[in-house]
Amino acid sequence: MSDPSIETVGMDSLIVRLFDNIDEENMPWMLAADRALREAFGEALIDLVPSYTTLLVHYDIQRLDLQAARARVSEALKGLTPATSGEGQRHVIPVWYDVSVGPELERIAERLGGSQEDVIARHCARDYSVFALGFAPGYAFMGRLDDALATPRLKTPRQKVAAGSVAIAERQTAVYPTLSPGGWNIVGRTAVALFGRDREGYSLFRPGDKVRFEAISREAFIEQGGDPTPLAERGDTPTEAQA
Amino acid sequence: MKGLIVERAGPLALIQDGGRFGVRHLGVTQGGAADWVSLGWANWLLGNAPQAPGVEITVGGLTLYAEAPATLALTGADLGATLDDEPLVPGCRFTIAAGQRLAFESPRAGLRAYLAFPGGLDATPVLGSVASTVRESLGGLDGQGRVLTEGDCLTWSGGAGPERTLPSGVGTLPGDGERVTLALVGGAQIADFSGTSVFEAFNTAWTIDQRTDRMGVRLTGPELHYQGEGMVSEGIPLGAVQVPADGQPIILLNDRQTIGGYPRLGALTPLACARLAQCQPGTEVWLTPVAAGQARDVHLRQLACWR
Repeated sequence: MSDPSIETVGMDSLIVRLFDNIDEENMPWMLAADRALREAFGEALIDLVPSYTTLLVHYDIQRLDLQAARARVSEALKGLTPATSGEGQRHVIPVWYDVSVGPELERIAERLGGSQEDVIARHCARDYSVFALGFAPGYAFMGRLDDALATPRLKTPRQKVAAGSVAIAERQTAVYPTLSPGGWNIVGRTAVALFGRDREGYSLFRPGDKVRFEAISREAFIEQGGDPTPLAERGDTPTEAQA
Repeated sequence: MKGLIVERAGPLALIQDGGRFGVRHLGVTQGGAADWVSLGWANWLLGNAPQAPGVEITVGGLTLYAEAPATLALTGADLGATLDDEPLVPGCRFTIAAGQRLAFESPRAGLRAYLAFPGGLDATPVLGSVASTVRESLGGLDGQGRVLTEGDCLTWSGGAGPERTLPSGVGTLPGDGERVTLALVGGAQIADFSGTSVFEAFNTAWTIDQRTDRMGVRLTGPELHYQGEGMVSEGIPLGAVQVPADGQPIILLNDRQTIGGYPRLGALTPLACARLAQCQPGTEVWLTPVAAGQARDVHLRQLACWR
């Protein structure tokens, strides 16, 4: 980790910059910084938004002025040590990989110069780090993906991507928590619920967690409560969706 | 339970409070009243907590039928409101009798009107707030974030406090003749914009584009040039002024995405965001730099008005 910078980004918000580039090696530091900042700010923290290389600190200006907020950040980061690898949760997500629910399996196999089975095997072959949540509640940006699977986003995003859709864009992967528009390549579907207002902590995935995907059959997917309705064809109308 | 019945829903009437906090790291947007100052004054008129749940009426087209008498408060935009066909000027507390109708037509000044209820509107908080975020299906009457719909019943459980009238000077709207200036706390990537662009940002009449909603407001004007490197997505504060590749700024409001990768000039103050939320497309606005400390002082003075 280089020397962190503390940047003003608004009346009541600071960006704490720990790194310049996306890297799984960042995550133990990001987790440690997240915890240290939460402790240092306590009641004066309104929101803390970690993302890949930075943390946005939104503090309560009724309790702190800018100087005091900066001082708390500096104090929190003093002597920071990376979190041990066991700290994020580990998840195994069963996925039914099939062109009916994951049409871009074909496209990615073509780019890879292999079969759809090759794509699936590679996608399931490693643990992914959750870098950040964003775009939608519970939507986790994970990586890094096997270089051979890296695929640009769709030119025209879909208007409707089914909940549970497992997706790839560049060197990242994600799962759509709910029905939403989206421009990522879809390769399969999981029956696992990712976000729920009644779930403890609301979101299954948290920044710093590790996720592995596991291929299952259509039968197993349905048994787990999955909806096998094929994904609609590509939408024609561009949307503002960034993910 | 008797209350106000939605007879005609209009395009966008939403239950809002101060917003949803403490969950942005999960990708959940802030939400809340876009003009939180008007909601604050509406609640103040009834003796409520400043950000108690009320209704945000965008553009108009809403008709409410009273099944029971009530004391309510109306602030924010002038949407041609009438009480049984008698004009109702915003910035007031008023009573509605059983059988009367409160109707909103179309904007005369401003964009969003706020209706407050004794003790705040009844709605069950979801993730700590009743703020309706349609895209995320959170909040509102049904907890699913949907807009008010014909047949909905608005109820409340509290009582109105002693009679109050707004202090003079409160409740002016963009379009009242004065130049609209929006205070911006410079920061983020501002140093990576060209000198000319930074100069132009603060010395140009920017025009509010048609593409404006609760996520963000586009400004049109001179093209701003970012000279820094490509960015990794990072957390976005309220009011962030981001500049995509076309050089036209977008000011991000309450329903913005939680992280994003466009370079930014800094962020408007929350007070400026409330002002912006009342600007109709075509309005000219000026950005004016303010130090974070000074912005904080002004903000705290606003909060003190409601104590």
